[in-house]
Amino acid sequence: MPTLVFVESAEGKIKKTSLEAVAYAHALGTPVTAIALGAVDTAELESLGKYGAQKVLHVADSKFNQGVIQAYASVLTQALADEKADILVLADSSLGTPIAARVAARTGSSLASNVVALPDTSTGFVVKRSIYTGKAFANVALNNAKKVISLKKNAAEAKEVGGAASVTPYTVSVPDADFAVKILSSEKATGEVLLPEANIVVSGGRGMKGPEHWGMLEDLAKVLHAATGCSKPVSDLGWRPHHEHVGQTGVKVAPQLYVAVGISGAIQHLAGVNSSKYIVVINKDAEAPFFKAADYGIVGDAFEVIPKLTEALKAAK
Amino acid sequence: MKILVCITHVPDTTSKINFIEGNTKFDPSGVQFIIGPYDDYALARAIELKEATAGATVTVLNVGPADTEPTIRKALAIGADDAIRINAEPTDSFFVATQIAQEAKAGNYTLILMGRESIDFNGGVVHSLVGEMLGIPSVSPVMKLELSGNVAKLTREIEGGKEEVEVSLPLVAGCQEPIAEWKIPNMRGIMSARTKPLKVVEPKTVDSGVKLQKFELPPPKGAVKMIAADNVAELVNLLKNEAKVI
Repeated sequence: MPTLVFVESAEGKIKKTSLEAVAYAHALGTPVTAIALGAVDTAELESLGKYGAQKVLHVADSKFNQGVIQAYASVLTQALADEKADILVLADSSLGTPIAARVAARTGSSLASNVVALPDTSTGFVVKRSIYTGKAFANVALNNAKKVISLKKNAAEAKEVGGAASVTPYTVSVPDADFAVKILSSEKATGEVLLPEANIVVSGGRGMKGPEHWGMLEDLAKVLHAATGCSKPVSDLGWRPHHEHVGQTGVKVAPQLYVAVGISGAIQHLAGVNSSKYIVVINKDAEAPFFKAADYGIVGDAFEVIPKLTEALKAAK
Repeated sequence: MKILVCITHVPDTTSKINFIEGNTKFDPSGVQFIIGPYDDYALARAIELKEATAGATVTVLNVGPADTEPTIRKALAIGADDAIRINAEPTDSFFVATQIAQEAKAGNYTLILMGRESIDFNGGVVHSLVGEMLGIPSVSPVMKLELSGNVAKLTREIEGGKEEVEVSLPLVAGCQEPIAEWKIPNMRGIMSARTKPLKVVEPKTVDSGVKLQKFELPPPKGAVKMIAADNVAELVNLLKNEAKVI
């Protein structure tokens, strides 16, 4: 029986977290059917084959161009039945997680979100979830035959396995009631690297002294091809928008590299970054608690260190 | 308008997390429990809406054993009118959502608010599950909620931005900052909270098909490597050749 994977796209391109979901499903050892809704390039959909999908269902109807959660849940519920799939895998996001919940409730599936690793199937089907905001894990058995698994970033590596996928148009009629939530408008940073998806994040704290100094962090982010983030005080002060706030009550990131500049490292901030693979801390206060959570540290004035670091990175390219 | 606010009883954000009984139980010793920070935003917005709407009431609901009652009383002190405690351990999202949906239906609430996620279990799915179980819309994470009659206008955070949506009540919303400022209970609130009604309800039996096996802590972090401020080339070298992340 195949595993169904819901893939999300942004600006016509498949999101990296969705490629990870395809890779995760492939690693389960079952055939993989991916499903995408709305406007996505066909070539992009075909490229899912490289990550392990055999088949891609595409719901091209323009009314799915906006991510309407209930309507998407109806489509996925129908696709699970049509494909005779028992397992749905998707990536946690503002769209994916609520869809996972609704599909699980409709299909009587065991549900787990914030999943960080492939299941242990030696006794049943046990997934590992991130809990206490990254401070611990829970190993949870999913006992129903049907399962919905929603993945935290980096739960699987999106690696190419060299297959090919056929793209099939797919239509489902969904009730009008599914469109009860009307999306009036959306504002989205475009062209930049999105924070929740980024492989490298450069974050600034109050040590940056004011929004006018963000240019140097943006320069550093640009050479690293990184997203920019900030600490809670910085977003509270209005120096940066809320969607850049990294921490317990903001965005939780899981990049390969997190560079913290002028952030002391309050436990609430660490909760948002503790899934990072490597952490670099630059702070003029040698006693900043963030150094204890770092892999590499520099005690120094950000205004001197950052431009030098940017230049050194440029030179090393 | 009847507003239901679902709150969690969770360790303070600065708590050190430990487990006992062979890593099958959270160790509460030395831990201070609070209203979930996101739930606190939901509660604050609910109180604002109550103050702005004649005849509106706010009921708080918690799924938890008796030791969550001080947390519930705090919500009453902040301004909720009454409370319901479902007498059960909140073992998983599906279980909790089933209990909330049952009470929400029985009480005919038109607006159900809660945090975007609990900070212990981090599922982030209870609002969507409750919406599905009741057959009504759910929106999360909500940064702004305005009511005009029966219509809600909400701002929802999405990756790298935000989305404005409009929907008719009834509605479930998962809340986060800056929907409202947290409210701190005053003395009068604390006094009156003692006598506000708190109903204890036994849980509905449900098999969610999800069972905890074991908790675990992440492996300890290695020591930090310090690099001189005038030697950024060394940092570049380490990132490139040791960490291999650039």
